[in-house]
Amino acid sequence: MFENLFVGIAEGLRSSLGGLPLEINEAIVMLVKLVGILLFILLSALWLVYMERKIAAFMQARLGPNRTGPKGLLQTTATIGKLMAKEIFINKEADKVCFLLASTLIFVPTLMVLAVIPFGKNMAAIDMNIGLLYLIAITSLDVILFWLSGWASNNKYSLIGGMRSVAQMVSYELPMVIVLLGVVMLTGTLNLSEIIEAQEHTWFIFTQPIAFIIYFICGLAECNRTPFDLVEGESELVQGFSTEYSGMAFAMFYLAEYANMVVICFMTAILFLGGWQAPFGWDFIPSWLWLFLKMYVMMFLMMQIRWTYPRFRVDQLMGFGWKVLLPLSLANVFITGAGMYIYRAIGW
Amino acid sequence: MLKTQEYNLNLGPQHPSTHGVFRILLTLDGERVVKAEPIPGYLHRGVEKLAEARTYTQFIPYTDRLDYLAAMLQNWGYVMAVEKLMGIEVPERAEYMRVICGELSRLASHLIAIGTYSMDTGGVTGFELALRERETTMDLLEELTGSRMTLSYARIGGVAADAPEGWLDKVDKFMDKMPAYIDEYDGLIAGNEIFQARTMQVGVIKPETAISYSLSGPNLRGSGVNYDLRKAKPYSVYDRIDFDVPLGTNGDCYDRFYCRLQEMRQIVRILKQAVAQIKEVDGPVIGKVPKVLKPPKGEAYEEIESSKGIIGYYVVSDGSAKPYRIHVRRGSFINLGYLDELLRGVLLADVIAILGSLDIILGEVDC
Repeated sequence: MFENLFVGIAEGLRSSLGGLPLEINEAIVMLVKLVGILLFILLSALWLVYMERKIAAFMQARLGPNRTGPKGLLQTTATIGKLMAKEIFINKEADKVCFLLASTLIFVPTLMVLAVIPFGKNMAAIDMNIGLLYLIAITSLDVILFWLSGWASNNKYSLIGGMRSVAQMVSYELPMVIVLLGVVMLTGTLNLSEIIEAQEHTWFIFTQPIAFIIYFICGLAECNRTPFDLVEGESELVQGFSTEYSGMAFAMFYLAEYANMVVICFMTAILFLGGWQAPFGWDFIPSWLWLFLKMYVMMFLMMQIRWTYPRFRVDQLMGFGWKVLLPLSLANVFITGAGMYIYRAIGW
Repeated sequence: MLKTQEYNLNLGPQHPSTHGVFRILLTLDGERVVKAEPIPGYLHRGVEKLAEARTYTQFIPYTDRLDYLAAMLQNWGYVMAVEKLMGIEVPERAEYMRVICGELSRLASHLIAIGTYSMDTGGVTGFELALRERETTMDLLEELTGSRMTLSYARIGGVAADAPEGWLDKVDKFMDKMPAYIDEYDGLIAGNEIFQARTMQVGVIKPETAISYSLSGPNLRGSGVNYDLRKAKPYSVYDRIDFDVPLGTNGDCYDRFYCRLQEMRQIVRILKQAVAQIKEVDGPVIGKVPKVLKPPKGEAYEEIESSKGIIGYYVVSDGSAKPYRIHVRRGSFINLGYLDELLRGVLLADVIAILGSLDIILGEVDC
């Protein structure tokens, strides 16, 4: 019954606006879709902050937030309220424009990417033919913003954090993109909906296990999560590139980290875990709910990893990315190609 | 070509990982340290000067605040020095209580050392778990002395009070559970590959250098030098208790960390034996001490093995009720002597790892 909830809402909206010309009709529906995605990501970030704090607490034999609101559910709301009331203090010598620009624009790449993600069957806001390429290209833009904030703060700790973030995020994008080539080779398309449909019988995690692991590791590095969080390296760089930020500007960085995690987890679920496909044909749970479930499983894994492992040193991190992950990802492409050739030759 | 420039970075007094208000002025070339200048003194409270205006017993709470994580060991060194000066005999039961309380303090200190080191390298969970055990230790110490951290338990001639009813059994039960917790830290922190990559072969101190710089405690033993005052020059009742001294092999950060972890296992052994042995011993917990302490003119120096190194007290008396001069040979302060050389040429993340492995505490460094 809930399967076509969002599709139904869109149809209902289109029909209720029936009197208007087609372009304006479509434009209004698109606007509603995008506002819906915006609301989703903001509420997600809110929920994920709470989830992270609770999971961290339970892993550490303590309780976590449990006072504000029932079971501490309103903790993030209280946090954001507090941050909104704080003064955004800008250093005298900081580059004011870049300082504020970095924190203002931090959500932009995430939102741009979410527009192409198929949340369920026929539920992508924009079903782009080159969805995967667009996604990879836009997520690379995050690097600029972290770098910008590190530079504009006029603080040596932030500068080191910004420089580290450029090195880390750029180096880990390479293996990430190259392993995705394996998936593209298997499906022959960059369209995310078609990639999902191609996983109807087997999910790509089984046919591309190395790619899954490498993608997940690189995803952690892209989100600046432990063990790759030397960019913020709390015990070394105080708060890294966002040291000088306070108030709402800091809240933007804080929430954007979770928004980025959402994107990476969605991507992992779509590319390797079958997206909105129900495993074993269990379609009593609607497709979009399957995607969310898979996304949250990956999210839980990310949080568990964060609270278990210490962080890498910068040279070990670069060594791992360039000397281990990159050759492995190239090997993955080679093996996939060879495998496909043999598969076709045998005639399976 | 691009021009590069060295820059100064203050690993300032306010920093999440300097274990207190400690400042290191780093000169960095990119991420590599060219020069490191440790600047202590932000917690200097003039304890040695204050001693000149306090009586001998009034000075005991000041010693608590030196290494506040292992307060009993600081008290103990001081009262031993004064007892040596005055020639006071300490009853056997008091010696056993000192050992039990001292080893509990050592355990508390090592738990913080392990926990904060895990946090410094990024594994926050290790810190939270270590502090869970520390809570039990502090509950036990609170029941014994009335205070969780600044114990002031030792008195000149013995200890302040005997163990309350059932306290020794609680210590025994806690020691039964402790090995499982230590295995947990071993697996979560020491066994972690990333942690090992961060700490192995980092900050190597050769044994000869360690001896020539007067390092002590796990910093010395991590380099393989077998010198633990409890075995080398046994004091109190340590000669009746059977325990091993863990030694490192490479002298790197991992070895120093692992020494502390292994020492916790030895503390369990010592405490179990001490609790068993004290049951046979009855008697007062404080010796024959005059009401007003006026040591004869002279000087005495006593040192004991504290959790962070060797703590020594040099007490000079001029015959009055107040000491003429007290000097504290602080383990953490002397352990920092090698820091400048140790930090040359390492990366910024290693600075934190090395500083954490030396396990300093600013109360002791600055006195």
